[in-house]
Amino acid sequence: MSARLGLGIPTAPATQARPAGAGASAATLHVDWTACAARGLCAELLSNLLELDEWGYPRALGYGSDIPVGAAELADARVAVALCPRQALSLR
Amino acid sequence: MTLLDRAPTSPFDAPVEGGTPRVGSERPSSDLAAPTGVRRLLAAAPADAGDHLATFGPLPDISPDRLLAELEFAGLTGRGGAGFPVHRKLRSARDATRAGRSGRPVVVGNGSEGEPLSAKDRLLLRSAPDLVIDGLLLAARAVDAGEVRLVADAELHPALQAVLTRRADAGRARIQLVAARGDFVGGEASAVVANLEGRRPVPRDHPVRLTIAGYRRRRTLVQNVETLAHLALVARFGGAWFRSRGTADDTGTRLVTVSAPGTPLTVLEIAGGTPLGAVLAAAGLDDAGVRAAGLGPGARAVLVGGYHGSWVPGSALDAPLDRAGLAPWGATPGAGILHVLPHGRCGLRTAAGIAGMLAAETAGQCGPCVNGLPRIAGLLDRLARRERHPGLPAEIARVSALVDGRGACHHPDGTVRLVASTLREFASDVDAHLDGTCEAER
Repeated sequence: MSARLGLGIPTAPATQARPAGAGASAATLHVDWTACAARGLCAELLSNLLELDEWGYPRALGYGSDIPVGAAELADARVAVALCPRQALSLR
Repeated sequence: MTLLDRAPTSPFDAPVEGGTPRVGSERPSSDLAAPTGVRRLLAAAPADAGDHLATFGPLPDISPDRLLAELEFAGLTGRGGAGFPVHRKLRSARDATRAGRSGRPVVVGNGSEGEPLSAKDRLLLRSAPDLVIDGLLLAARAVDAGEVRLVADAELHPALQAVLTRRADAGRARIQLVAARGDFVGGEASAVVANLEGRRPVPRDHPVRLTIAGYRRRRTLVQNVETLAHLALVARFGGAWFRSRGTADDTGTRLVTVSAPGTPLTVLEIAGGTPLGAVLAAAGLDDAGVRAAGLGPGARAVLVGGYHGSWVPGSALDAPLDRAGLAPWGATPGAGILHVLPHGRCGLRTAAGIAGMLAAETAGQCGPCVNGLPRIAGLLDRLARRERHPGLPAEIARVSALVDGRGACHHPDGTVRLVASTLREFASDVDAHLDGTCEAER
């Protein structure tokens, strides 16, 4: 399986410019899809960053398994990682 | 199976880039003449030990640094589909150190071939097992591996075991045979690692590369068996020799598997960057061959890359089989799979069948894949059946966006790639279907 080709989906690099005040991407939130069971807690805790898709799985528009997290969202992201009942999230 | 031992059109002697090469200017490690034609991996008589030695010579004594340099100069990329530069993967497995984790790396030759349209790895393991084992031993030596495994179909094990038993060097390295799983996603590197660990052979989430933490958290180098066979030749004859065939964009030779609906799979060794049409002709599946086989008046399109691949229209078969040449269609050489769609066959119906199979082959682990692939396959099937619902293409695109990149492996991405390519290359037929007709079939 080779390089990812989108359907016109923006595949922005993690270093993309983020809104002023949010700071540059401070970390990357990684979703382990094999563990995620669509409990949805993360989207509640990180409502600025994540939405739920129609099956209840977390989604950040334009990103797949690795979602850039700004400095302003970092604390909430740490909470989401700690509270995920499936331990499906990690920050790097 | 057909073998092609000459360049089908012009010779593809790639010029050496930028003057005198630092490495690869002389053959490093062999007293024998290097194979001169396009038939390299398949230069020896099938599975004949004496012929293997007479053709290629013994396993060369080459330092790890020199091997890595020659591989880098060769431009050898992985032949399992992803096309990752081999020297970088080897270097990563060799150099990676993890605090608190001891243990030497594990090297795995991957002969899992779950793609239904591919037969080249099985052919290679049957006809040139010594070359694959040479590559395994050289890679193991280069990264100072503690364990070496060879994953292959169980039906190939008796013949492979005989070769392993015959060879003292393989015995010293204690190469173990492991039965491949036939599932579509079972050949993915992390699924192979799971198989080795005795777990269910499905892909796993590995944000850290397998070369850093793979089999039992040890550094693990998983290389396709064709890649290893090329490695064994580069070690003997050098990177410059490797590059003397192929294009700058796809150096050396590669094995390809060519087929059309209902035909057997034909495996060829071709020079990198050979035009698609020339590959089809060599396999007897150019327009004349398709007509002679009673399949239709010629090639309407070619699926490049297999079930996760992309369509190249029949009007563009002068495109070279390399990354640059295939880029306009979103295709890559991948694992070297070409499947002909004859005129008179519906591309949408063919793709809907493949998408249905891919949906059934989900490992069942990742929500977007489990939920999304059956939805996409169902929508494409409705389109293929000429349901007059103008919203179908947009809905396929919407669900595809929900799936793309959201899995532990590239199964969802590859499926989306095939479906997107289908809607793109058969766009006028999509319109026809939405109008209740079909361009190809009555």
